[in-house]
Amino acid sequence: MDSFFWTYGWPALIMIGQSLLLLVCLLVFIAYVLLADRKIWAAVQLRRGPNIVGPFGLFQSFADLLKFVFKEPVIPAGANKAVFLLAPLVSVTLALATWAVIPLSAGWVISDINVGILYVFAISSLEVYGIIMAGWASNSKYPFLGALRSAAQMVSYEVSIGFVIVAVLLCVGSLNLTDIVMSQQDGLGTKLGLPNSFLDWHWLSLFPLFVIFFISGLAETNRPPFDLPEAESELVAGYMVEYGSAPYMMLMLSEYAAILMVCSLTTILFLGGWLPPVDIAILNWVPGIIWFVLKGSMVFFMIAMVKAFVPRYRYDQLMRLGWKVFLPLSLVMLIIVAFVLKLTGWA
Amino acid sequence: MGLQALFFYLFAFVAIASAFMVISSKNPVHSVLFLIVVFFNSAGLFLLTGAEFLAMILLVVYIGAVAVLFLFVVMMLDIDFAELRSGVLQYAPIGLLVGLIVGAELILVIGSSVLSPDAAQSITMPIPNPAERTNTAALGDVLYTHYVYFFQISGMVLLVAMIGAIVLTLRHRENVKRQDISRQVARTPETAVEVVKVKPGQGL
Repeated sequence: MDSFFWTYGWPALIMIGQSLLLLVCLLVFIAYVLLADRKIWAAVQLRRGPNIVGPFGLFQSFADLLKFVFKEPVIPAGANKAVFLLAPLVSVTLALATWAVIPLSAGWVISDINVGILYVFAISSLEVYGIIMAGWASNSKYPFLGALRSAAQMVSYEVSIGFVIVAVLLCVGSLNLTDIVMSQQDGLGTKLGLPNSFLDWHWLSLFPLFVIFFISGLAETNRPPFDLPEAESELVAGYMVEYGSAPYMMLMLSEYAAILMVCSLTTILFLGGWLPPVDIAILNWVPGIIWFVLKGSMVFFMIAMVKAFVPRYRYDQLMRLGWKVFLPLSLVMLIIVAFVLKLTGWA
Repeated sequence: MGLQALFFYLFAFVAIASAFMVISSKNPVHSVLFLIVVFFNSAGLFLLTGAEFLAMILLVVYIGAVAVLFLFVVMMLDIDFAELRSGVLQYAPIGLLVGLIVGAELILVIGSSVLSPDAAQSITMPIPNPAERTNTAALGDVLYTHYVYFFQISGMVLLVAMIGAIVLTLRHRENVKRQDISRQVARTPETAVEVVKVKPGQGL
């Protein structure tokens, strides 16, 4: 019994502790990312944004949390009750489950699995179910339309995201997220004779794919300008129309967790993860997690800015962009990358 | 080993129970949702055997794409399942036959691996030791290096099937307003705007 505890029980306890720590940090971070989103949006429109609760409105998200939790959950009479309540749970569980394999710094990862990037890709392709279930179970027109839009949109953009990931994997030669970051220590910059720096990261050598990944990431997480599933001017709030209080909060939470996931995936695939921008002593003393969070926040800032100043796409334009522009582009880029790697022998 | 067995029975039990729910639940959408649970647990079983690549691909392809389409069809089409269900006994013999064939084949496969446990090593492409080569790389060896031409041919077959499906379903309707983005972008003030001098009190 004692050996059973030390072989299985203790590692499991450690893992639960790590997961809890990561979850708490992540949720607090999401609270401030939500605030930042609203603040940036407000600043672009020359408003002040949330500024009443706490200094500069810093506690706004926590006030919102209390509001959501203490409200009465309303379940529509015609709704399919079990699926209606299951949908937010599914979304939130899946959105948080992807974080298990994300390396936040060298060795700072809960589960360093071989197929890390595939795991992230697989779990985020499941996130569409939360939305479809929410839309269908509400048994009402707007949510259903929103769910259908979202399903088609997420499946379409997953294809080009898949090709972009494959191209990066060709350069790296491993599906492990830690390997992907470490392979960016040397790259284009060092080939040109420069010291290790931010020029080695994949964003420069695979720049078109970086752009495609960023835009597809917006579509995949239903962010503006691709927020058709919840387009408030046509569908009120899309698949979330019938939700209120805690279930609504869970849907929102999973949305922002997925957005942060896209930010950290962009950081890992293209921006060198936790590597410092220039390989000098002072920057190397800064812990890797700080670089990771800084880069992720920068990507989030771009996502927030896009929300503020790009008008919403029409649905047929969205589909055209996904299937007729990004899919051929990423496919051609993949072939070019493969040929360059093969002919130059860099891989 | 005990923990692995525990997880095996957990995944297997949930998979079989939800497979039963797929065919017994009244609501077709619930059926598809249970089917997704079956896929998910099968992915778990793959993980237990060390086939992590297959597990992830099962998630991406079957749950991420195929089941979404299922769900789409089931939600969109207004199928009267009570009527479909009424003739279920009529098809029972065919179902039974298919079940028997699949069962017999499963017994053959499992039986042969019990009778000669090293069969996996004597086939043309022996399964490499998982500790030396990850199964992603091993699958890549088989598909893209040793049997690349067969892989290309199967790709061609799929391409032909895809084109066939498009040709069969594509109807190009006339008199429908379409947006031609390149034409729209190529428009200049010269081609789009005409400046007319209108004399007062006359109109155009």
